[in-house]
Amino acid sequence: MTVLNWEFIAKYLPLYREAAWLTLRLGLIGIALSILIGLICAIVQYDKVPVLRRIVGAYIELSRNTPLLIQLFFIYYGLPKLGIRTDPASCGIAGLAFLGGSYMAEAFRSGLEAVDAVQLESAYSLGMTKWQAMWYVILPQAASISVPAFMANVIFLLKETSVFSAVSLMDLMFTAKDLIGLYSKTTECLFLLVVFYLLILLPVSILGSVLERRLRHAGFGA
Amino acid sequence: MPDLGLEVLWKGKNAARLLGGLWTALRISLISVAISIPLGILLGVLMTRKNRVVRALLRFYLEFIRIMPQMVLLFLAYFGTTRAFGWNLTGETSSIIVFTLWGTAEMSDLVRGALISIPKHQYESSEALGLSKAQTYWYIIIPQTIRRLLPLSINLITRMIKTTSLILMIGVVEMLKVAQQIIEANRTASPNAAFGVYLTVFLLYFIACWPISLLAKHLEQKWR
Amino acid sequence: MSQPLLSISHLTKKFGDNVILNDISFTVEQGEVIVIIGPSGCGKSTLLRCINALEPIQGGEIALGGDVIDRSANNLPALRRRIGMVFQSYELFPHLTVIDNILLAPCKVLRRKREEARAEALTLLKRVGLLEKEHSYPRELSGGQKQRVAIVRALCMHPEILLFDEVTAALDPEMVREVLDVVLDLARQGRTMLIVTHEMQFARAIADRVLFLDGGRIAEQAPPEEFFEHPKTERARQFLNMFEFDAVKSPREAEQPAACGTAEQDRTGD
Repeated sequence: MTVLNWEFIAKYLPLYREAAWLTLRLGLIGIALSILIGLICAIVQYDKVPVLRRIVGAYIELSRNTPLLIQLFFIYYGLPKLGIRTDPASCGIAGLAFLGGSYMAEAFRSGLEAVDAVQLESAYSLGMTKWQAMWYVILPQAASISVPAFMANVIFLLKETSVFSAVSLMDLMFTAKDLIGLYSKTTECLFLLVVFYLLILLPVSILGSVLERRLRHAGFGA
Repeated sequence: MPDLGLEVLWKGKNAARLLGGLWTALRISLISVAISIPLGILLGVLMTRKNRVVRALLRFYLEFIRIMPQMVLLFLAYFGTTRAFGWNLTGETSSIIVFTLWGTAEMSDLVRGALISIPKHQYESSEALGLSKAQTYWYIIIPQTIRRLLPLSINLITRMIKTTSLILMIGVVEMLKVAQQIIEANRTASPNAAFGVYLTVFLLYFIACWPISLLAKHLEQKWR
Repeated sequence: MSQPLLSISHLTKKFGDNVILNDISFTVEQGEVIVIIGPSGCGKSTLLRCINALEPIQGGEIALGGDVIDRSANNLPALRRRIGMVFQSYELFPHLTVIDNILLAPCKVLRRKREEARAEALTLLKRVGLLEKEHSYPRELSGGQKQRVAIVRALCMHPEILLFDEVTAALDPEMVREVLDVVLDLARQGRTMLIVTHEMQFARAIADRVLFLDGGRIAEQAPPEEFFEHPKTERARQFLNMFEFDAVKSPREAEQPAACGTAEQDRTGD
């Protein structure tokens, strides 16, 4: 095994930093949108809104049973034929939000369903309206129940951004592949790739397990 | 009706070629799952053992595999092994290796989770009834573990199938690659082929995964 | 007498084809304490839930001070806040401290000032002996303490009538008394209450009137002395008998020789 060429690494570090920043930026916007979509879908399903819940159900099944890469290809290369054109960055964000929305919806929905229905009745019996009961009583409890699944989804979605290079976004994968092709310094390129993904994902993963442990110990209990 | 570019599918053997591409992806995922499940069960059981060294090693393996995007793992296997060991793995072999490593890690975590989720008093009460250790496992623990595990393992298959879409990126000719070729070949005759063909690919993946997801969901609800 | 506080006329409640409450009619006057008893599944709890519009009803009418309680009405929250309800399973909000549990509805629903509402809450907490638990979370309380907080939470909404749904059924025996004492205290203050309970002695002590529910109907309705001493219906007599254990004698002495006999047979069998 060869020793790493640090000169090469130092030279191309900024390129990777740029790429990591792109991954992180698009990833975070996509995740924020996923949370929004997920919240709306989860409430529609929890509240059993007629018609809408069927649409949401179909969306969730479609989104969860297809790979992000295919979703991106369809958005980026397929949709322009119908006149819907997106630049690579918006395409990446849209794809991630389409995928993540359903995962977040499932996380939130299982949180909502884990809150005992009598809690809702108890809020109603105090004269709260539906939205007051939802906002002050059900959502705070559901949110803390959803934390582990939510954090797992954040990590999952950040990892999924690794297919962004397919729509010619210059993310970490793109950069690595490009440099491997150009200089055949494979070991260094892959080393940088792993290091940068660790830098992005490890803190989130650690945060996730800290939150989970804290919730388990200081949980509300019965 | 706008031109959706669906007509290219009926040209020549295009539809059959797409299905062939799907089969490549399915074959790779099925082989990987078939190896992952027994290995994962083995590692999962090992992880509940008391030996600290074994546990630490497995933990490291599991965490590394799970934190890295599968794309990165594919790159490591495909480009990295050539460089480091002088192996020249084909895309298909690298992907089977990566997906097996990944599937084993996921499976072992599921097994570990299912095993530790069996309450201690299940062991105690069967002991109190006078069952032997082997009987306890055979009649009490294993049936309960399987009930928890089976829906999750079936879900692992759909996750595996979705993940195989990535092998395009290391040059394996699967459905997406075939789709690209078809679109390229018909660029002038059917300029809108990209819509129809990618929609078809999208739906084919859905048709491959959805029934499996439904089965997993059904079992989960039945055995809750 | 003026209009009754709560009037229920011809109330019918079904789950599918299953009739739970069948043509129930009665009224509750201001300051009256009514205890509803009856065998499991007779519809006692469902009746309370219907009054608070937690269940849709299939016939009849429920009115609070002349206002009809209708699940589809826009003013339902406004009507519900005039009715206090305490649940068997306490249903404190686990993510809020005791004081926040109590103040949530007064502040958010009635828009009262927090400090003023808090002063009242503390007075009530003191009265039920839980002043020092103001900042505890529900998980840190015993069942009896949780239920007393739940009662205070209902009281802080200044309800016109209180509904108690088997409030001691989930409690350990030694905690039942502390909760019942609080309810007795409320009766002494002249609160209007509708109580579903299995505690017969308590029912007898607190009730102005007892409703005996059986098979979804009011089988008997009487002052407590009359009901407990001279129940008119056979069903009520049977029901009250279930709470008597005099007839049961220890069978142990009588069975001793037989037990020895079988043991000996076993030995010879080996």
